[in-house]
Amino acid sequence: MNELGFPIISLVTFFPIFGVLILMFIDKDAKDTLRGTAMVFAMIEFFISLPLLFSFQNGTADMQFVERYTWIKSAGLSYFVGLDGISIWIIILTTFLTPLCVLCSWTYIEKRVKEFMICLLLLETAMLGALVSLDLILFYVFWELMLVPMYFLIGVWGGDNKIYAAVKFFIYTAAGSVFMLLSIFFLYYLNHKTTGVYTFDLLELYKLNIPVSIQFWLCIAFFISFAIKVPMFPLHTWLPDAHVQAPTAGSVILAGVLLKMGAYGFMRFAIPLFPYASHKFTPVIAVLAVIGIIYGALVAMVQPDMKKLVAYSSVSHLGYVMLGIFAFNMQGVEGGLYQMLNHGISTGALFLIVGMLYERRHTRMIKDFGGIAKVMPIYATFFMIATLSSIAVPGTNGFVGEFMILVGAFRTFPIFAVLATSGAVLGALYMLWMYQRVMFQPLDKEENKVLKDLNAREIVTLLPLAILVFVMGFFPGYFLRKMDASCEHFLKTYQQQVAMYEQGLEESGTARLTAVLEECNLKSTLLD
Amino acid sequence: MLEFVVPALNLKAIMPQLLLALTALTVLLVDVFAGKEGKTSLGSLSLVGVAFALIALFMTRGSFESAYAGMLMADGFGFFITLIVCCVTFLTILASMNYERICPDIKAGEYYCLLLFAALGMSFMGNAGNLIMVFVALETMSISIYVLAGFKRDNLKSIESALKYFLLGAFASGFLLFGFALVYGASGTLDIVKLGIFFTAHPETLHHPMVLGGIALMTVGFGFKIAMFPFHMWTPDVYEGAPTVITGFMATGVKAAAFAALIRVFFVGFGALQVDWTAIMWLAALLTMTIGNLVAISQTNIKRMLAYSSIAHAGYILIAFVVGTDLARSAVLFYLLGYAFANIGAFAIVSAMGKKGEEYSKLSDFCGVGFKYPFLGLMMTVFLFSMAGIPPAAGFMGKLFIFSEAIKSGYIWLAVFGVINSVISLYYYLGVVVRMYFQEPEREISIITPAGTMIAALSLAAFGVLQMGMFPSYIWNLARESAKMIM
Repeated sequence: MNELGFPIISLVTFFPIFGVLILMFIDKDAKDTLRGTAMVFAMIEFFISLPLLFSFQNGTADMQFVERYTWIKSAGLSYFVGLDGISIWIIILTTFLTPLCVLCSWTYIEKRVKEFMICLLLLETAMLGALVSLDLILFYVFWELMLVPMYFLIGVWGGDNKIYAAVKFFIYTAAGSVFMLLSIFFLYYLNHKTTGVYTFDLLELYKLNIPVSIQFWLCIAFFISFAIKVPMFPLHTWLPDAHVQAPTAGSVILAGVLLKMGAYGFMRFAIPLFPYASHKFTPVIAVLAVIGIIYGALVAMVQPDMKKLVAYSSVSHLGYVMLGIFAFNMQGVEGGLYQMLNHGISTGALFLIVGMLYERRHTRMIKDFGGIAKVMPIYATFFMIATLSSIAVPGTNGFVGEFMILVGAFRTFPIFAVLATSGAVLGALYMLWMYQRVMFQPLDKEENKVLKDLNAREIVTLLPLAILVFVMGFFPGYFLRKMDASCEHFLKTYQQQVAMYEQGLEESGTARLTAVLEECNLKSTLLD
Repeated sequence: MLEFVVPALNLKAIMPQLLLALTALTVLLVDVFAGKEGKTSLGSLSLVGVAFALIALFMTRGSFESAYAGMLMADGFGFFITLIVCCVTFLTILASMNYERICPDIKAGEYYCLLLFAALGMSFMGNAGNLIMVFVALETMSISIYVLAGFKRDNLKSIESALKYFLLGAFASGFLLFGFALVYGASGTLDIVKLGIFFTAHPETLHHPMVLGGIALMTVGFGFKIAMFPFHMWTPDVYEGAPTVITGFMATGVKAAAFAALIRVFFVGFGALQVDWTAIMWLAALLTMTIGNLVAISQTNIKRMLAYSSIAHAGYILIAFVVGTDLARSAVLFYLLGYAFANIGAFAIVSAMGKKGEEYSKLSDFCGVGFKYPFLGLMMTVFLFSMAGIPPAAGFMGKLFIFSEAIKSGYIWLAVFGVINSVISLYYYLGVVVRMYFQEPEREISIITPAGTMIAALSLAAFGVLQMGMFPSYIWNLARESAKMIM
């Protein structure tokens, strides 16, 4: 079955469901029991996901811990899961962030605690499922399933404009993904036509040679679906709404994992399935990524609302990720993957931090604050660490990711890399400016003078993130080594495929030319 | 002396239907002779009857014969339709036993008797091998339903519903019958299988005006029953006025039966003409789903909304009808069953939303229901997500089979319009969820605590929906096997 001789991936994926079942039988007024149970399950989940990391083989690009069972035999559907260097860290990030989300909601969520925790755990299963699926339909099932708990998280526990944000989030994402579904069907049908086998197995479909004209259409469908999720400019408009309305835990998950799904989708599905079309679309994606970086940063700068500012900074950061991936060299791709993790940690921390302030003051407007550092010194420290990580100061994780992306991008498209660098400058500007306006300046508001500093629970929530910022900043090697083999394989197959398609096109072009020439010859001989 | 040979009675071929009919008659008798106490057991009696019919049905599984001189086809296709009908009837009866307390009008022997006769008609429609049989079964079903729609005797809307359905239904039946007559005139037979043989043997008659006219009139007749555009106008009014459980019964059972007859008559009888009706049905599928979905968005009454949604679902099924391969017909069967579970469940919940003499069927009445009545809210969410095609529910798998088959057969645009429609439909399905969970109640409503039967009905329907969504293998293989076995 797999290396451990034990269906570890299924256990990790579905373990939160056990938690859901237990939670269902707990009285809904026993709020602390509910929180405690959810926390215990989230922690156990994290610990049982660690063996994945420790028994992960660094040297191979093959799928590991693979499990495969038939789902519907006649239709070629199977339950096929596994992971490789591309997904391993995002999986760990997911199981790592969920306990923090439970912790940060401890007092933030007072209403309907039971349903909240159930949604959170369900969401965890859906996200993990999407990350380990190697069957396209299985992936799609989890992909859509992610929407449902998130929709409830925003809609039930969200802010004033929650309904608009929740419905927009759901419909935007679903609208993008249905075309991906059709595209999947088309691949399925194409595969049957060429090989005679009905299958949704991703690894089989990788091998398929798709005619170029069709490839573009299929690729567009996948691209749009993932680009909405990333989100890439100009498909990003759902994101600020969703983030601002969502409760803190929702924002953390949204920023930490859900957005990564888009970039992950590009690397796992869209690019390997449609290498030639991806190759041709690279300039478009790169331009959009650069626009995203600069536009996101500029819009973030003028936001009066701290949470919205962080939300727009996500648009900017994810622009970097996309630029890195589409640079198609080792530094860019690994940097992109690394930046995905960084963003999960730094932006996750920022959302937690903003949420903690909101819990105290019930406002997120920058102008309502000032001089907070004087009353909340511990808070100020964590805030500073997250800010520095977000603006990629050397020594923090953000620096490693951004640096690698820019190096990678510079090798492929120097002009875009230069433009993207301006985004880094802008990033420093808006983050530090916000920090200055919130934390420094005179403490002139009466309400702010009595603010309590972080309590033990909140420190416990933020501490792991703060430590990781430095660990990932100083020892990126440990993290990157696990990605190496898969990224190399990703690039190698991509380049081979593109070369093959180009050669194929050339040959068919030559063949057509020869045919025309022959016809001309024939005609001329006839005329003679 | 003239010798009279008693024709062999092939009871095995009609066992499930026979049991349904016997139960209906027993219910009628018990109603007359039993006292007040006996009347309360009528529902349970009917339940037992349907359960036996289901058992009998599974015992005849795999039979592939024509009985009663070709009048009846005991084949796989009929088997699956009868399966859908029995499930639908079973759930409807369970829901009715709770609905009795909200709408005392239906507390009568005739109610269950008519329900069972309607089910009998539906089942025979799926099994009919002769156009006359199709018509007789259709009328058995329709007349029972006309009465059931008007069962709330002192409610104006219910009467309007019954009258409207009856008048328009009578016209539709007329069209259908006239179509049969024209086809008979052209071919000299009413036997569906023989029609198919005749048209293959005499392709020159295919485009005779009488045949084409007959097919056009039949399309009108069947189109009315499945609520196909442009014959869908009656649906919202009738669905709104009828007793809610009956609405669920109509939206699922009648639709399944009518689709069954449509598929059998068109594919077996007029298979040779497929090229000709494909173009028309292509357009009809597109318009049916688009109009159903678009109009559903602006509804304020949940029964009307679900009525338009049922029109949209007819559109999705028509996609598979247009595609017309073996697998597409299996997809129709699968979709019909999944849709039946979700829709019956949804209507059952709407029917549970009320207290004696008052029903809450406005969309705004659903505000806050999700947290006030957690079980009903959760169930409704499951059913709505299934209808919207969100995994892991039956609706998703159904759409997966239909759309993948459409793509495979080259109907890419139809599939594209289909998924666009799915997204449009999300808006109004989510709208109900938004009201149930995200909004505060607009007015205090108190409903009668749902009886055990209602909880059983909802649990069974939800089980069906999730089972077909997560482990569809069994039902899908059953549907494939059934669709192949069509005579």
